[in-house]
Amino acid sequence: MSLFKYESEVREPLVKGNKTYHQITEDIISPIEVKPTKLWYVGFVLAICLLGFGVVSVYEEVVYGIGQWNLNKTVGWGWDITNFVWWVGIGHAGTLISAILLLFRQGWRTGVNRAAEAMTIFAVMCAGQFPIFHMGRVWMAMFVMPYPNTRGSLWPNFESPLLWDVFAISTYFTVSLLFWYSGLLPDFATVRDRAKTKLRRLLYGAAAFGWTGSTKHWQRHESLSLVLAGLSTPLVLSVHTIVSFDFATSVIPGWHTAIFPPYFVAGAVFSGFAMVQTLLLMVRHLLGLQDYITMGHIEAMNKVIVLTASIVGCAYLTELFMAWYSQNKYEGYAFFYSRVNLFSPYGWSYWGMMSCNVIVPQIFWFKKIRRNIFITFFMSILINVGMWFERFVIIVTSIYRDYLPSSWTIYYSPSIWELGFYLGTFGLFFTCFFLFAKYFPTIAVAEIKSVLKTTGDNYHEKMVPVETLEPEDFAHKYAH
Amino acid sequence: MSKKKFVVACYDDDDQLFPAIKKCREAGYKIHDIYTPFPVHGLDHALGMRETSLHTAGFIYGITGTTTALSCMTWILTSDWPQIYDGKPHFALPAFIPITFELTVMFAAVGMVMTFMWLCKMAPGVKKHHFDLRATDDLFVMPIECTSKTNVDDLQSFLKSTGAMKVNVQEAETEWWWGRYDVDDEPHLIQDVPVDAA
Repeated sequence: MSLFKYESEVREPLVKGNKTYHQITEDIISPIEVKPTKLWYVGFVLAICLLGFGVVSVYEEVVYGIGQWNLNKTVGWGWDITNFVWWVGIGHAGTLISAILLLFRQGWRTGVNRAAEAMTIFAVMCAGQFPIFHMGRVWMAMFVMPYPNTRGSLWPNFESPLLWDVFAISTYFTVSLLFWYSGLLPDFATVRDRAKTKLRRLLYGAAAFGWTGSTKHWQRHESLSLVLAGLSTPLVLSVHTIVSFDFATSVIPGWHTAIFPPYFVAGAVFSGFAMVQTLLLMVRHLLGLQDYITMGHIEAMNKVIVLTASIVGCAYLTELFMAWYSQNKYEGYAFFYSRVNLFSPYGWSYWGMMSCNVIVPQIFWFKKIRRNIFITFFMSILINVGMWFERFVIIVTSIYRDYLPSSWTIYYSPSIWELGFYLGTFGLFFTCFFLFAKYFPTIAVAEIKSVLKTTGDNYHEKMVPVETLEPEDFAHKYAH
Repeated sequence: MSKKKFVVACYDDDDQLFPAIKKCREAGYKIHDIYTPFPVHGLDHALGMRETSLHTAGFIYGITGTTTALSCMTWILTSDWPQIYDGKPHFALPAFIPITFELTVMFAAVGMVMTFMWLCKMAPGVKKHHFDLRATDDLFVMPIECTSKTNVDDLQSFLKSTGAMKVNVQEAETEWWWGRYDVDDEPHLIQDVPVDAA
């Protein structure tokens, strides 16, 4: 009979293999020190090509005007705002994993937080471009900032959700960047201190800001991380709540809904986790980090996915119920004609959304499927497609037929430059991510080391003889 | 720059650290600092450090952000440019909440990070002496400051008895300076060479 368990049976080790501190450094830092693989080059060049397409598309839009996009009389928000909301949503898992899970003392975040935070930053960079270029005259973009100007007493409208967005997105980007970089400092110092080349010492030396690992610095660093986490937790919730206000404070049928804030936040976390899965499964495979990003990590994220899938499912059904219960005929038209009716012009997008986001993710209730890499990878892509449908459904099916039938427009489909802009942001995202995977420690080395002793395999081995002792022997052996 | 002499003990397991600190402090040695590859919980208390007040600073920055946002928007919309949007009153507090919240978070976060950098004397291009390069990898490095009364040999053997895997003597500059890590402008590192106490 064992005396007691040091490790709960439902938790598996977060770090596999009998790692020492030095081995952890080796495993995570050495990919930075060697030449990238061919696969990396292929991916990087592809990303650069997409980015180039994006640059040309944006050039077209800026030079020839927003008429280069197929927006029309009623569909004034099309792919641009759909993609904006989609990218902001993707950016949600990073800070959620870092901040909320840090506050909840979830040890499994340590393996995945660095890559997730990087994803957040790149996704928000992609998102921000859509509303900026949607302005048309992008050189006037500074008008959204409240600064004392020479145009008399002229200020932006502080009561408009669109301006709230400006503040929300810029705050979110700044705070995520600070959180990410302050966490990177100790790891940059690790790269610097084991660097063999002068260039590496120069660059990582500058990036590490002179970090030494002093106790006082660690104490302040932990205090900083904890408070930043405490600040970011409501921030994550506020950002997508505010994005949902862009819609919910208007009087368009299909948008004017009180459920939007929680529903958008859940959707954002859902798509964010799906994107984290996509990226981490690739990073894990390419850099050989199976010991750090374990099946346990993947399963934990799949659990979050099935939870948030069910929340958005609930929200979709609540919307339908309210559309019927309110007996508002415009609301009813938006939901029961434009969306649920498969044979309406955009019915395909509603059912695409329903199946990718609500129906199919329910397979994650099964443990075997949660721990299957291929299904997880496939599902992560499917969910991102589904969440894109969701934003498209919300925007286009609500506005393509407005209150006045005479202004109803024909079918909206994007122009090549709208498509190019979207693909271009993929290019930007993956260019940044490939550079990150090559030149940055993709896993928080210091944080992994700090959980090693309480969850690693070697800890477990050390504890087995203690756990199997008889109570009398234990008392005898460990008596003070 | 003023240099000091240190006897540096390196441990390869954090479990040995706490008993070693206790013994050193009981013996009256002055522990300069401890450099670890990851945050070891309780180390600050074991060394007798006081709690950081960084979070208090963060609170003050946050309140500054709240005040800035509310007062600016109130002044702009009630006095400088009073406009009525959507039939809302000039002072429409509920509509001010989102921006107020965002600025509170922004001020607190940026202020705290800058204070952190300031307190820890960290910036791009800052250089500091490293007692052991493996302190950011897998070693727990404890430099003990030598005084005129310190017997360096005794101290070295004492530290070995606490379980240190290596002990050496170094003369080091403890402050920071501007420098590049690829250029060897580090104050002299004297390894394993006994130096007479000043």
